[in-house]
Amino acid sequence: MTRTVPRPAAPQATALPAGGLRATARIVARADAHGVTRLPVLDGGGPFAIRRIQSHADQTRVCLIGAMSAPLGGDRLRIEATAEAGTSLRITAAAATVALPGRTGDLATYDVHLTVGDGARLEWLPEPLISAEGSDLRMTTTVDLAPTARLVFREEQVLGRTGERTGALRSRLTIRQAGRTLLDQETAYGPGAPGWDTSAVLGGNRAVGQLLLAGPEFGDKPVEVRLLGGAAGADPSAGQAVVAPIAGPAALVTAIAPDGLSLRRLLDEAAAG
Amino acid sequence: MSRAALLVLADGRFPAGGHAHSGGAEPAVTAGHIKDAATLEAFCRGRLHTAGLVAAGLAAAAAAGLDPLLLDDAADARTPVPALRQVARRLGRQMMRAARATWPSAELDALAAARPRGAHQPVVLGLAARSAGLTPLDAAHAVAYENISGPATAVVRLLSLDPFDATAVLARLTVDLEQVAEAGAAAAQRAVTEGPGVLPAASAPLLDITAEAHAAWPVRLFAS
Repeated sequence: MTRTVPRPAAPQATALPAGGLRATARIVARADAHGVTRLPVLDGGGPFAIRRIQSHADQTRVCLIGAMSAPLGGDRLRIEATAEAGTSLRITAAAATVALPGRTGDLATYDVHLTVGDGARLEWLPEPLISAEGSDLRMTTTVDLAPTARLVFREEQVLGRTGERTGALRSRLTIRQAGRTLLDQETAYGPGAPGWDTSAVLGGNRAVGQLLLAGPEFGDKPVEVRLLGGAAGADPSAGQAVVAPIAGPAALVTAIAPDGLSLRRLLDEAAAG
Repeated sequence: MSRAALLVLADGRFPAGGHAHSGGAEPAVTAGHIKDAATLEAFCRGRLHTAGLVAAGLAAAAAAGLDPLLLDDAADARTPVPALRQVARRLGRQMMRAARATWPSAELDALAAARPRGAHQPVVLGLAARSAGLTPLDAAHAVAYENISGPATAVVRLLSLDPFDATAVLARLTVDLEQVAEAGAAAAQRAVTEGPGVLPAASAPLLDITAEAHAAWPVRLFAS
């Protein structure tokens, strides 16, 4: 996919010569006495700038903006977002995140921790993560859901910018509800990950993504399995996807596609039902 | 401890029902992804380092004595599509029948009673290995081998591939197999103190998607 990502003039936090950038962004949504979602904590830092944007009905919305060319090799980035009980929060991003090589060849880490309280709804809808050639990123995403929490979670990975090979991208996604692990998935693509570019894993595709919808209603009535794109008999060169109930109150869309745009199209089609 | 028990457990003739499953090879053949020995090898390498690694970790952990019910939950969390959860439990139930007849133990009886519809197959296999006096690394080897020997055997039938060529594919993957078994056993060792969360969770998106597509086929040669 083609996407121009401007390099930042200068990161706001101090770049340590040896270890790279260390930054943590924090977002907390809290319901006030009238049940309105407020944002008592909205801390950017390093490459993260966070803006509150126009609310929609009772949903409070924030957007991650800014120096999205991080993470560079050696960086240690973290985002912590909490939707406390009874809140409704949507988090989006203004641009794709591009993992780039650093000066030292060190790997970068990017950790996301989301917490959703009882009766709360969190929508985590960032733009894709693009693994540029020569980069080495370890990503973890951990989600803790209260028993009646609702979650819409999207993750998209694009392996290499247009016409280049992918960097090394390892990612682990763990979704827990009331302490029980509902979903635990690890992906390893690019140099050093044996077998990733095979017909068992990606089948030549360069974009892979998931959309997870969780909430008590999915436990009462699990979604029916649905096939999309090539899996449903369409031309497999535009990608394929499956919508399926996981072993818990959630539906998961698993999609692979040749590029980020086709991937988003599949995930949007799955979300539309 | 009897190393010879590993030969019995890993033998393709061990009556655990694996021959009816292609491990995703049938849809890969139909899609044109597997068409000869070289493409079979690529498929098996991908499967081994994803589904095979997860199975090796679970089996080694069961053999090391972790609570099989916790491991069964961990297997569910690592299997996002229902078609593959059903296959794993069906194969687990068949493995349980064979294992209880072969190496009876109170631990196998307890798991069979707690999961009458079947626990995930690698968990049962690991517990069977434990009952047979085998090590966690042995269990990881057995399950990782089965993870690729199943598809290789299936492709001999699906493509009329020369059985010599299919066996040569397996021989070329033995170094990878060794790595996967060792990684699974090492993770199981950590899981003894840190819990099942540290076990491998490698995912193969295409295997997940095609497993559900294959389950919807009206006519197929293999159950999965």
